[in-house]
Amino acid sequence: MSAAPRPRPKLAVWKFASCDGCQLSLLDCEDELLAVAEAVDIASFAEATSHFEPGPYDLSLVEGSITTPHDAERIREIRAQSRTLITIGACATAGGIQALRNYRDHAQMMAMVYARPDYISTLATSTGIAQHVAVDFELRGCPIDKRQLLEVISAYLHGRKPNVQRHSTCIECKMRGTVCVMVAGGQPCLGPVTHAGCGALCPSYARGCFGCFGPSDAPQLAPLVERMVALGTTRPQVSRLLSTFNVTAFRGKDDRGD
Amino acid sequence: MTVATRTIQVDILARVEGEGALTLVLDGDEVVEAKLKLFEPPRLFEAMMCGRACTEAPDITARICGICPVAYQMSSTHAVEDALGIRVDGALRELRRLLYCGEWIESHTLHMVMLHAPDFLGLPDAMALAKLHPERVRGSLRVKQAGNAIVAAVGGREIHPVNVKIGGFYRAPRRAELEALLPELRAARDEADAMIDWLATLAFPEFARDYELVSLRHATEYPMNEGRLVSTKGLDIDVREFGQHIEEHQVPYSTALHARIIGRGAYQAGPLARFVLNADRLTPRAAAAAARVGLDPSCRNPYRMILVRGVETLVAFDEAIRIIEGYAPPPAASVPVTMRAGVGHAVTEAPRGILYHRYEIDDAGIVRHAQIAPPTSQNQRGIEEDLLAMGPVLAGMPLDQATRRAEHAIRNYDPCISCSTHFLTLAFERRG
Repeated sequence: MSAAPRPRPKLAVWKFASCDGCQLSLLDCEDELLAVAEAVDIASFAEATSHFEPGPYDLSLVEGSITTPHDAERIREIRAQSRTLITIGACATAGGIQALRNYRDHAQMMAMVYARPDYISTLATSTGIAQHVAVDFELRGCPIDKRQLLEVISAYLHGRKPNVQRHSTCIECKMRGTVCVMVAGGQPCLGPVTHAGCGALCPSYARGCFGCFGPSDAPQLAPLVERMVALGTTRPQVSRLLSTFNVTAFRGKDDRGD
Repeated sequence: MTVATRTIQVDILARVEGEGALTLVLDGDEVVEAKLKLFEPPRLFEAMMCGRACTEAPDITARICGICPVAYQMSSTHAVEDALGIRVDGALRELRRLLYCGEWIESHTLHMVMLHAPDFLGLPDAMALAKLHPERVRGSLRVKQAGNAIVAAVGGREIHPVNVKIGGFYRAPRRAELEALLPELRAARDEADAMIDWLATLAFPEFARDYELVSLRHATEYPMNEGRLVSTKGLDIDVREFGQHIEEHQVPYSTALHARIIGRGAYQAGPLARFVLNADRLTPRAAAAAARVGLDPSCRNPYRMILVRGVETLVAFDEAIRIIEGYAPPPAASVPVTMRAGVGHAVTEAPRGILYHRYEIDDAGIVRHAQIAPPTSQNQRGIEEDLLAMGPVLAGMPLDQATRRAEHAIRNYDPCISCSTHFLTLAFERRG
């Protein structure tokens, strides 16, 4: 064979408004991290390295939501430099917990935290990346699951579709054989309407699902809400349960409003 | 005043969590001001908490930082329990300390080997380090993994654990679940002990300042979840008095609030403060390691904090193993919680230093006011003062070298800038 070795694909990891937890998931792949670093050219990953290469990039992983005018510009530049762009986590996919501002008076919230809100340039909303640029794949979770992250990186590097289940957490829970916390325990649980990915972790710790992975494909929200209310959960509690890390995504599925 | 400023834009502060820029203002060759700009977009957690149930605080505030979510869960639960008049003791208290040990191990090891050690060797990252010292990097990954295994066993998962609640836990782990960790923890503790000796071979720049160091101090333990707030300059207060002695204030160039001790000024929290103020509370193995690498409570060189993290990693392993060996599951996974109106405070020791939470709760358990003072925000002014003191050295260096040195100095504090930075742009402003 006289052909030159194929250059390693260039991977970039980008951060917007977030807690850094989803990109940390990559560093938390202790057993696989050095192998990933061999398989790809890590061209930009500020949490892990000072090394930086300009684009274009074969694969960009984007964490965090858009909350400033500067970031709204920056994501366009990153999209223009990226062959494939994947969002990682609830912030990048649905705006994250900081999207609670979308339903409140942002100026008032800024004034609660800062004596001089005028020093800081922010947007009144927190939005997912797909609201700004085309996204090739959205990996859910708050945080993402590291096994799913490795599957997605591997799939895109090999030019195939990622094998990521789209059913509900409830089904994962049944497959796991956990006793139902709602039927047997009367606890509120978002498992029936939440996207799979965590392996139905919370019910295995005797608590109801609180929706880290956002809505599943065809969530039947209204009947679940009525069932939770019948079991004694108050409507304000239900409203709060749906208003956390994926607040925009669950609101989009809930035509009753609040 | 005639001010001719020359601004030189440089590179990025990588290997820190968040975004930042540093401006050093020079008058002739003298650095007259250092401004560390943290422009992590504000996420407004204190405002988001208002109107939420106090029972939601551990899950919501964990999202401030993916590197130290346990710290946020511990400070928030203890502050809410303080407001509600709840006391958590016995095996539940030990499980909380065990969970924190896991986070200290994984966070400290991530920082020591993957983020900070490359600075000392002039390398860009842990991947380059792995080419030079493959066994060291692989060993440290096993140490980090052991910390993560503790967090996952007690908390359900490594990042944003799900098992912490007001009053205790949702489910107490079974004895066998924890005992299964012991072989891995004992092996990883040996790796950590060897790691410290390797870190001690690094070249530490000479630098020291007369810091006011602040940490918790507990009657018998190396502090994590409880204690009085003490300092090297005479502070000794109940954590409920935090606001009477420490004030937060906003500066125009940063989204993280600065903090100072009223009447005195900047202070430093973190591993060095804990070690200096609690060296007599180290476990024997950790004390032996500190002595071996020449650390004692007179140390004021922040570059040596990487060694202190190693010593604290051993404390965390010793404590984790002790807790597991003596663990008998609590009679219930949590104590009963009854809502009542009140104000609650807590300080716990996040890996980066003291983390203060304060909540005002109404009689239905709804949060009416929240205050959260993260360690990086408290350390910000002290970091600036370090850079100011390094001014003459930095001003004499070529810009790229000065940038690397400044980044290295900032990383001494393991700044978690999503809690209040990764990109450092260094700018010299020259006044002529």
